[in-house]
Amino acid sequence: MKRRLSIPFLIGLTILTVLVLCALFPDLVAPYDPLAFDYTAMMVAPNAAHPFGTDQFGRDLLSRTIHAAGIDLQIALFATIGPLLIGATIGLLVGWFGGLADTLVGRLIDLVQTFPFLVLVIAIVAVLGPGLNNMYVAVALVGWVFYARLMRGEVLVQKGADYIAAARALGYSQRRLMLRHIMPNAIRPVLIYLVTDMALAILLGSSLGYLGLGAQPPTPEWGVLVADGKNFFTTAPWMSLFPGLAIVLTGLGFSLTGDGLADLMDVRR
Amino acid sequence: MNRAGAIAGRIAQIVPTFFLIGLVVFVLARLLPGDAVSAMLGDRATDETVQRITHQLGLDRSILSQLVAFLAQAAQGRFGESLAFRVPVASLIVERLPVTLMLTGMATLIALCLALPLAFVAAMTANRWPDILIRTVFQVGLSSPVFFVGLVLLTIFAAGLHLFPVGGYGEGFGEHLYHLFLPALTLALSFSAVIMRTLRGSILAVLRAEFVDFARAKGLSSRVILLRHVLRSAAITTVTLVGLHIGSLLGGAVITESVFAVPGVGRLMVDSIFSRDYPVIQALTLILAVLVSLTFLATDLLHGWLDPRTGV
Repeated sequence: MKRRLSIPFLIGLTILTVLVLCALFPDLVAPYDPLAFDYTAMMVAPNAAHPFGTDQFGRDLLSRTIHAAGIDLQIALFATIGPLLIGATIGLLVGWFGGLADTLVGRLIDLVQTFPFLVLVIAIVAVLGPGLNNMYVAVALVGWVFYARLMRGEVLVQKGADYIAAARALGYSQRRLMLRHIMPNAIRPVLIYLVTDMALAILLGSSLGYLGLGAQPPTPEWGVLVADGKNFFTTAPWMSLFPGLAIVLTGLGFSLTGDGLADLMDVRR
Repeated sequence: MNRAGAIAGRIAQIVPTFFLIGLVVFVLARLLPGDAVSAMLGDRATDETVQRITHQLGLDRSILSQLVAFLAQAAQGRFGESLAFRVPVASLIVERLPVTLMLTGMATLIALCLALPLAFVAAMTANRWPDILIRTVFQVGLSSPVFFVGLVLLTIFAAGLHLFPVGGYGEGFGEHLYHLFLPALTLALSFSAVIMRTLRGSILAVLRAEFVDFARAKGLSSRVILLRHVLRSAAITTVTLVGLHIGSLLGGAVITESVFAVPGVGRLMVDSIFSRDYPVIQALTLILAVLVSLTFLATDLLHGWLDPRTGV
């Protein structure tokens, strides 16, 4: 089949590029200081001067939403990198060596998956205390299982491939086979899953922020901004609307990019 | 292996699963950094209170005897007393769990009503405009956080149009249905996106499968093929999906209940974190995991009945 850049994939990439620019240079993109109070323009509906309106302290919501991009992209990265490193390593090792460790890890993965993901993350956050860093720890403790399961499956597929039999015949060491031959091939679908998982991480991070368990105010984070606005949703619905739309757009950006990459690299999902 | 034996074997597996769930929850509670009791009670607690609670929680005994005591009590449904409500944890949960179960049940029904017909339309018109439109809408639904969807529905249908109450649970079954409709719809939107996506794929796979060509060649009408083969496979896919996603539905219920002030176990869990009500958090984590593993069991059995090839 012909491989080409699909329109959804390009849309996803464009969204992500704009977000990364906002995250890297918020001061250049944002029209106002996100923390500056303006008592002459409190709870102003969206207009030319304030496209997203202002909050109850007269802070510009466009600027606040732009400044939050950095935190939410950080969540997308940090909440997936831990599970990736732990899960891929464990999956590679047990997939390659098999045996009792493989059985035990398989059981552990099944066990972790009987807990509702969000409930287990919240329970761990409850033990460690609310906050972004503790959220990352909690997600790493739970989320590695998805990566381990995927990596293990890929390693098993690669292990049976002809090129591995050939490499074995050449007398390569176990270590070399595992790291130089199996790993680069097995990691591809895992990395593509990583992009899709970033969409889930944004949803999770903003949900915990909304509940007050993730990023803590005054850190500008989209879930926290939505929660800030929820008490005014009858009088000033724009306060929650725009940060919320930012989450939807970011989630869409990551999942379209993930799907596009999967098609492009011809990975079955 | 005979079928009855396989079914009995699958049911027996649930016992070690329960034990391991209990073990995880126990270890989780012991992860608490520093002195658990002072953390629970705050800085102003007197030494006497700290000692009393330490003893009440059995934290002055050995780890192993604590574990055995915890598992034995959990098996009897005894989880101690809530620190915030001063009532047995079990009675709090018995009171609120039906609310959450009704919410997730309604959400599943709504999700199926949305996803099943649309998945058929999408598969029948694959890669033409109805399919693309349906997939685009659901893709956006999949990227929308539950709390935001809830807030938008709340703003439009409850606060704006006054069609639904802003929150709560009401009195009596009819009012429960009415109060839980918007929260259930909120939960259903992202869930239906998951069902639609997978179901569309599986319907397409069946339509392209060789046995369908064979059925056509035999001269069976499209309607018979659709009913006999496509629906059967769609039913199997749907049962598996609902079973697999019960965990994310319960997780979503935690958020939805907070948005709509629904007095279920999800909201109880979030409230308990802020009031540091650890016995409640512990019990809820355990019960929700048990609920998921029972759903997995039911799914496996139902799957075996629908598709005898799986052996269970």
